[in-house]
Amino acid sequence: MAPQAPAARQAPPAGPVPAPSSWSFAVREFRYWTTNYRRTWRGSIYSSVLSPVLYLAAIGVGLGTLVNKHGSARLGHISYLAFLAPGLLAAAAMETGIGESTYPVLGSVKWRRTYYAAAASPLRPADVFHGHLLFTTMRLVMNCAVFLAVMAAFGAVKSAWVIAAFPVAVLTGLAFAAPIEAWAIMVTKDTSFAMIFRFGLIPLFLFSGTFFPVSQLPGWAQPIAYGTPLWHGVALCRSLSLGTATIGETLLHVGYLAALAAAGIAIGNRTYRRRLYV
Amino acid sequence: MPDPEVLIRAKDLTKRFGDFTAVDGIDFELRRGEAFGFLGPNGAGKSSTMRMIGCVSPRSGGELSILGMDPVADGPAIRARLGVVPQEDTLDVELTVRENLLIYGRYFGLPRNVISERTDQLLEFVQLTDRGADQVEPLSGGLKRRLTIARSLINEPEILLLDEPTTGLDPQARHVVWDRLFRLKQRGVTLVLTTHYMDEAEQLCDRLVVMDGGRIAAAGSPRELIEQYSTAEVLELRFDPGEHEQAAEKLADLRAQRTEVLADRILLYIPNGDIALTAVRDLGLVPLTSLVRRSTLEDVFLRLTGRQLED
Repeated sequence: MAPQAPAARQAPPAGPVPAPSSWSFAVREFRYWTTNYRRTWRGSIYSSVLSPVLYLAAIGVGLGTLVNKHGSARLGHISYLAFLAPGLLAAAAMETGIGESTYPVLGSVKWRRTYYAAAASPLRPADVFHGHLLFTTMRLVMNCAVFLAVMAAFGAVKSAWVIAAFPVAVLTGLAFAAPIEAWAIMVTKDTSFAMIFRFGLIPLFLFSGTFFPVSQLPGWAQPIAYGTPLWHGVALCRSLSLGTATIGETLLHVGYLAALAAAGIAIGNRTYRRRLYV
Repeated sequence: MPDPEVLIRAKDLTKRFGDFTAVDGIDFELRRGEAFGFLGPNGAGKSSTMRMIGCVSPRSGGELSILGMDPVADGPAIRARLGVVPQEDTLDVELTVRENLLIYGRYFGLPRNVISERTDQLLEFVQLTDRGADQVEPLSGGLKRRLTIARSLINEPEILLLDEPTTGLDPQARHVVWDRLFRLKQRGVTLVLTTHYMDEAEQLCDRLVVMDGGRIAAAGSPRELIEQYSTAEVLELRFDPGEHEQAAEKLADLRAQRTEVLADRILLYIPNGDIALTAVRDLGLVPLTSLVRRSTLEDVFLRLTGRQLED
């Protein structure tokens, strides 16, 4: 007995069907990513725990012991670990943001071509983009939460305000993820990502105030460092973690990071459309 | 008042990529329950047309109405009622067969229990029931194609778009796909397909357009096209390469309705192949091989464009 073919729906659905909101469309794409993530979440949790443990142990505690012996005046009279940890929180968020917005995007459009599957459904390119960003946000929330827990375990938390550093770190990640996703959708070769890592991620990681105050840099380099998004994330996470943040400073940093994320979303709405609607 | 049975209407539909015109002002109408084909070689503009119908490619000119709506303004509402089998698979190969259907059902906003129920039926339909829990990656091309077809039906589409549904499949896998598509057609699913296989077009399409260079060269049912553009029978002759041209010259004396001299064969378009073969022998020509066959869409295409469909 041959299986029966499914019948066609013969008439259009009765009555006007209200168009689902953009939000619900984005959630559908987000759920694709979470379904996909179910296969790899264990491995990713290990690395998001291991990475802060190793960094805080080796540099925060190991190297920090040497630093502390030479006096911590330039760090604002706090231990090197307490100085480093919140900066590293922001830097880790940047790494997560960049990681989720490079290869996964290219893979979805070039290798697995799953973006095209979504584009053939009711979802629009912007929904596909927002759904992916939503998933990136979830990954940032997870990784930053793990980082904060590790930080607390190391005794690197100096103020209850550190809770406020949590959304700031997530925002820092998004300030990278949104523009990079907007760009990555137009990329045709994965070698382009090596540039981002080599000339973006690594220098930012090392010179944006994560490991030492920007004031230690030569004078000409300082304005550059102050202009980088990571510095804004690092500076605010640190001042919140130490309980020294001011309203004005907070607004400035948050405004800068939010503007970057918003610009990325605005550009991505166009680039996703251009790539998926040929 | 537009005819509600006309599901797709295109008028002077055009698609340009920079200076290149992929679809050059085509007109067609598609009615509910039809199996409609775009037949043509690679680069004829079939896939571009398909993507415009699928509302993932804005037209450059002309008019296009799908289910009474405008693909630019109402893309999501139209796509909610379409099923799409793209030329290249877009399955998530890291996930299982069932997960692929789950994801796709969610894209259409279907509740989980509905997806699960339809998944059972669809996997049975494409004979993948026992592979439901398997990862997609190691499946053969034919099985992946069948899964893509099952996936495209998860929203019970009114129109199923199939872009080169059997390209790259081995003959056996192709026949399975054809059989499933034929069943869908029998159940009243409106099919739109592109193909460069004339046998696929002949088997599946009620009506088709022959496309070449972005234009429609001819339209009709396979039978109409063959009757209009070809003869009842074709005599295919193969000669020793050295005698090929001489033989072609001599064959002109036969006054066949049409003669096509291809690189490796000579085709004589005649009402009766056996009589023509006798006449060939009477001319003193001894072909290495001879074949009398019925005209196909391949002959129609050759007549219309002077080129062969598959090369």
